[in-house]
Amino acid sequence: MAKPEAWDVAIAGAGIIGCACAAAAAEAGLRTLLIEAGVPGGGTTAAGMGHIVAMDDSPAQFALTRYSQQLWQQLAPELPRQVEYERCGTLWLAGDEDEWRLAAAKREAYRAQGVPAEMLDARALAAAEPHLRPGLAGAMLAPEDGVLYPPAAAKFFLDRARARGARLLAGECQRIEARGLRLRDGTQVAAGEVIIATGTRAAELAPGAAIAPRKGHLLITDRYPGRLHHQLVELGYLRSAHALSEDSVAFNLQPRLSGQILIGSSRQFGAATAEVEPAMLARMLQRAIEFMPGLAAMSCVRAWTGFRPATPDKLPLIGPVEDPPHVWLAAGHEGLGITTATGTAALLLAQLTGQAAAIPYTPYLPSRKTEAVLEHA
Amino acid sequence: MPEELRIRVNGRELAVAAGTSVAAALLNAGIRGMRRSRTGEPRGPVCGMGACMECRITVDGRAQLRACQLRCREGMEIEC
Repeated sequence: MAKPEAWDVAIAGAGIIGCACAAAAAEAGLRTLLIEAGVPGGGTTAAGMGHIVAMDDSPAQFALTRYSQQLWQQLAPELPRQVEYERCGTLWLAGDEDEWRLAAAKREAYRAQGVPAEMLDARALAAAEPHLRPGLAGAMLAPEDGVLYPPAAAKFFLDRARARGARLLAGECQRIEARGLRLRDGTQVAAGEVIIATGTRAAELAPGAAIAPRKGHLLITDRYPGRLHHQLVELGYLRSAHALSEDSVAFNLQPRLSGQILIGSSRQFGAATAEVEPAMLARMLQRAIEFMPGLAAMSCVRAWTGFRPATPDKLPLIGPVEDPPHVWLAAGHEGLGITTATGTAALLLAQLTGQAAAIPYTPYLPSRKTEAVLEHA
Repeated sequence: MPEELRIRVNGRELAVAAGTSVAAALLNAGIRGMRRSRTGEPRGPVCGMGACMECRITVDGRAQLRACQLRCREGMEIEC
């Protein structure tokens, strides 16, 4: 057997998180190997909606999503057209007066963190999105939110990493070994540091990582340019917090640059297979049609599912595993991995190279004590 | 003689035999480009059986319907 090549960093998993980490590592001058069993960006990354959003479920989530969003904004001029990044803004829809008050409180929370947000009353909302059903109370607009096409974004990071000397190796990581890891075909990879970025399957390499797959359905329409201008999300779920075990749907639409409309979302724990479930899809579409009746007359091109890597406290695992040394986690981003890919790579590389991080990384350390939080839809 | 009915295509009235598919009616009227691709190229039916998605048109205000999968109806308004 040939003498194994020694890498500074080996990264298991070339989803958007692994690719972003590879780009950051290569930029830091580290000799970087990225290992992927399937198609880079072809797992959870390809199945997701691709929002670049600030989310304020918790202060730590808000800090990471906002920081990451700002990193995306800095990258924007370099993103190729295929990434389809568009700063369309998110409208958080208030169905009634109670939700309007929630929206106003949300706006204050955004403002307190210096995140732009504004209120649209019923009339302004109808003008902004004329195809919404009448009778909504209004919305909070987060104008800096955006969307992109995740597999192309992953490829952007991969290309960036390769341009700085990183290599992509096709193979499936079987286990961590001292100063490296072993692939299923027996190949041994020698690396000073190992980053586990295998999402829903991270626990296979990092036993004890509390990550569970959480199934979601999505559907995309044919092209209907001009029908939708912002990402739309219902605020209602803030009021009706769902238990972690319960299947749920929530209204979420995204305009794509192609004129297509991406319709979400559903959340299921314990769903074993990836097939589209008609009953779940029907519930999700019913919810969408309640908000935007015109969707019922549109043609659908494709429906599919994916699995989010969910943690009990809704925060990703970014940092060293407790044992063995020189092994790091960058996984467990649930539905926010596209947004937080940039911030995750920055925080992980800061820890790995001993540099100062732009925001505190302690809330995301894998060694933190996690407690289950009430789940929104 | 089959029964005739009238449809309107981009504002122009056409008489077609009952039972004609919209795609056939458009082709008979010399309309081969039924939609534009994202890059602006004209596109028309390739398979004629609902699979290729190339003949999508707007019927009575409803966009992105496949012309080959619809029969002409009296008074149908077609934009393509």
